[in-house]
Amino acid sequence: MSVSVQEADFDAGAEIAALSDGRDDVGAVASFVGLVRADKQAEKVMPPAQPGAVSPADGAGGAPAVQAMTLEHYPGMTEKALQAIVAEAQGRWDIFGVRVIHRVGRLVPGDRIVFVAVASAHRGEAFAACEFIMDYLKTRAPFWKKEETAAGGRWVDARESDGHAAGRWEAPKNNG
Amino acid sequence: MNVKVLFFAGLREALGTGSESLVLPAGVATVGALRDHLVSRGEQWAALANMKNLRVAVNQQMVGLDAPLMAGDEVAFFPPVTGG
Repeated sequence: MSVSVQEADFDAGAEIAALSDGRDDVGAVASFVGLVRADKQAEKVMPPAQPGAVSPADGAGGAPAVQAMTLEHYPGMTEKALQAIVAEAQGRWDIFGVRVIHRVGRLVPGDRIVFVAVASAHRGEAFAACEFIMDYLKTRAPFWKKEETAAGGRWVDARESDGHAAGRWEAPKNNG
Repeated sequence: MNVKVLFFAGLREALGTGSESLVLPAGVATVGALRDHLVSRGEQWAALANMKNLRVAVNQQMVGLDAPLMAGDEVAFFPPVTGG
């Protein structure tokens, strides 16, 4: 089980391969890669576009396109928080290995920002634990994004939907 | 009682500082009281009072404003996290 907070990029394929290296009991590796996106609006629920209207993704009418973002974190606490999240996943599911990598510093659209991979005997545990770790990372690990746009810099607001996503896991496991 | 106080992200920028060490006055025994004490020092600390959903960690563990303080604690104030 390992977590890394680093400026450097990562090789998702090599990380996935390492989780089953030298063992014959891994039947599933689920992984997630998060990327820096230029268009923040695409994630939000937008009203249907009017005919002829310029999409916010084009930078007119909505938030301007993200040119870069800088990831700040709390050295020391970040690693502890990630390890606590991984430990909680291990307590909930029968998983063999976990790898979490989160980048910090300045990143541009298209850059990889976060990686989570979970190895298990079967896909159910691997999928669930991978999603759980991402949901908790979003609400519990001390990272903050500051976007750079043509209009200047702005700190990203926490999204309510991230709180709901993490909250799903707080109900008893077999409670639907 | 000495504590180290840290600020991150938008709060750090609004306050113009990322950290300070200070001696707590008698009676400042919780995270909430520490925040009130910092805010009482002047207008430039208003962001600490006004931040919505302020998060706090003591010794790198998330806690509530009622958490007690001990000498040597590292107390961090920050906005809700936005990683991933």
